[in-house]
Amino acid sequence: MRPADFELLSNLLKLNSGLVLTPDKAYLLESRLMPVARKHQIPTMEALADKVRSRPDDTLLRDITEAMTTNESSFFRDSKPFDQLRDVLLPRMLEARGARKQLRIWCAAASSGQEPYSISMILKEQAAKLAGWKIDIIGTDLSNPILDRAKEGLYTQFEVQRGLPITLLVKYFKQEGDKWRISDDIKKMVQYRRLNLLQPFGDLGQFDIVFCRNVLIYFDQPTKAKVLEAISKQMPNDGVLLLGGAETVLGVTDRFRPMEGQRGLYELSTAPALQKAV
Amino acid sequence: MKTCLVVDDSGVIRKVARRILEQMSFDCSEAENGLIALDACKARMPDAVLLDWNMPVMSGIDFLKGLRAMPGGDKPKVVLCTTNNDMKHIVEALGAGADEYIMKPFDHDIVQAKFAQIGLV
Repeated sequence: MRPADFELLSNLLKLNSGLVLTPDKAYLLESRLMPVARKHQIPTMEALADKVRSRPDDTLLRDITEAMTTNESSFFRDSKPFDQLRDVLLPRMLEARGARKQLRIWCAAASSGQEPYSISMILKEQAAKLAGWKIDIIGTDLSNPILDRAKEGLYTQFEVQRGLPITLLVKYFKQEGDKWRISDDIKKMVQYRRLNLLQPFGDLGQFDIVFCRNVLIYFDQPTKAKVLEAISKQMPNDGVLLLGGAETVLGVTDRFRPMEGQRGLYELSTAPALQKAV
Repeated sequence: MKTCLVVDDSGVIRKVARRILEQMSFDCSEAENGLIALDACKARMPDAVLLDWNMPVMSGIDFLKGLRAMPGGDKPKVVLCTTNNDMKHIVEALGAGADEYIMKPFDHDIVQAKFAQIGLV
């Protein structure tokens, strides 16, 4: 790939999605964008770059961005955040929102749906405690094709064996040939929307709990800070943010602080001090 | 070190499973059918059993029922590992006392994830 083409395409990605690609990832760019070039009947990477340079259309730009996003996901990925949701956050929110009986949860990188559906299953298992509650789970992602997969809720045998307890497979999935479909009960608990974390969130609303896991790792420091600041504005003062195991707010933004004793959980810096102890 | 009994009539599968489990720090032993596995459990109850379903002499499900009826047989965590990849068999296995269920083919990540889910890792 010509250095100028790499620079053009990596700058485009940074601008549109925040993804930062170093020159050693040129192979990744090439391997993921060749299928996009073929789809648009463009013969080579050089021609693709020329097209972006001269007369790009929105569909091509979106396809390029979506092809470069990473969609690694699994049910109950890393398990601990879901234990924290069940054992720490839900009891806390049940108390704090007891009068209003309303809870809003945002999966900011919903990918193919495993994370929002894992949350839905946890809430379904707590149905007795949540009787009469209005619960919104919103899953957003940059990629439309991946959101279509999430909405379909159909998973391979390999996918349902990574992190999903067998009892929950039996309870919340139906077998279709060699695949497994999530039940309508779980599916209808989640609403999906396309959203670019770098652009205004529009009428997304406020969220008590925000899952934004394994997203920031792809961004540079200023972009991380920008995204975290934008997320903080979608949260009430006692809201909680969950980040991935390799992510932190420390040294990135002062809008959040770690929750004491709860690795991976962050609260707003403006939250009352008593919120720290759980 | 935790112990795991690998029960499968295929020597190749036992070898692959054993390698994965040893990487997870299990002390492994092997049995090629349910009857030999029951004798092994009588002699020394393992912490875990990775269990095939379809085997000659005694099937995995018959072994599981026999194990759960033995004194101390409620202790080992049992993970079915089988080509019976349908809901009916999964429900039957859970009813007979299986703790987890792996649908073949499997790999290291799946075994690790399943063993972690039942507190063995």
